[in-house]
Amino acid sequence: MKPRHKKLAVITVSVAALSIAAILVLNAFQSNLVFFFSPTQVMANEAPVGKSFRIGGLVEMGSIQREDDSIRVRFAVTDTSEVIPVVYTGILPDLFKEGKGVVAQGRLSANGIFEADEVLAKHDENNMPPEAAEALERAAEAQKAALTQ
Amino acid sequence: MAINWFKYSSPASFYSLSGKMIPIFVFLAVVTLIAGLYIGFFVAPTDFQQGEAYRIIFIHVPAAWMSMFLYVVMAFWAGIGLAFNTRLSSMLATAIAPTGAMFTFLALWTGALWGKPMWGTWWVWDARLTSELILLFLYIGFMSLQAAIDDPRRADKAGAIIALVGVVNIPIIYFSVQWWNTLHQGASVSLNQAPAMATTMLTGMLIMVIASWMYSIAVILKRVRVIILERESHTAWVAELRKKEAAR
Repeated sequence: MKPRHKKLAVITVSVAALSIAAILVLNAFQSNLVFFFSPTQVMANEAPVGKSFRIGGLVEMGSIQREDDSIRVRFAVTDTSEVIPVVYTGILPDLFKEGKGVVAQGRLSANGIFEADEVLAKHDENNMPPEAAEALERAAEAQKAALTQ
Repeated sequence: MAINWFKYSSPASFYSLSGKMIPIFVFLAVVTLIAGLYIGFFVAPTDFQQGEAYRIIFIHVPAAWMSMFLYVVMAFWAGIGLAFNTRLSSMLATAIAPTGAMFTFLALWTGALWGKPMWGTWWVWDARLTSELILLFLYIGFMSLQAAIDDPRRADKAGAIIALVGVVNIPIIYFSVQWWNTLHQGASVSLNQAPAMATTMLTGMLIMVIASWMYSIAVILKRVRVIILERESHTAWVAELRKKEAAR
């Protein structure tokens, strides 16, 4: 083996070892790197108790209730299997809508309501013109109608 | 007759080759940039949820892809330079770093501008954003380490080690949105599934990707030529070049 090939081999092995180390470290950090918990995880008591954390999921359809005399808003976050009610006082981002992704930071109160101090909208990976979105919606409705018949 | 590619690993012959290549890539960069921006701003339709703000993807996505890709290329050449002691490969790595750092910064900055109206925040410490920020620090670390060491050969070696260690971060950035719950959305375009966006949006974005490739090649070649002249200033061919320039 020529010295330069030996050097290349040493570099390759070092990078490989480093990658494996990184994978192991990341694996160990897995739970701490989670940006938010899903309602199912919260119900399974995986979320930190008594500390501030984030929940993420979809805003449940028909769950948004605004109070008339304040900017306090109530909604529910769902991952389609579990639902967590949320209260929040503040301005909501543009993309905050029923049926869309949301991430809220706050604490879970004793009565099971999540009191949020910050609400962020989570955008999905879809980008399309309004006509295409309408067409998709119509197709979904037609499919639903066909199923119920 | 086979072309002897190793000929171009000599700084002198690469200097003249790259001189001929730069105008081509500058031309391609300008053409694709104009076409891409035109499609992006005038042809592509408005998004159904984000309105006009989605147009950030025409800059943000190419910049983010370039930031990761250039890092891999930089680490590759730095590694080759470290293993084989080839001068040109290390110079190329040094030339790539500022462009990579610029694209990283651009991706972070445009992302923040989009994040404020869409998410409701400029910045969150989620896995995608944090790992991209680490990428910026890796580029800056590479550049400042090289700048801190006077002997260019030693600077190359030290830089190569940072560059190679940092490669670990690239798959972390790319897969962060799949591995962990992040606020950042998943990829709209990937190799194994149909793109999740309208065709004109995709076309505009891909043209912008080509534009950023062409721009990067042109700028990096220009920069590597300067580095070659600087580091080879003691050689006969540079002296001759200087004489020729003076005579003109």
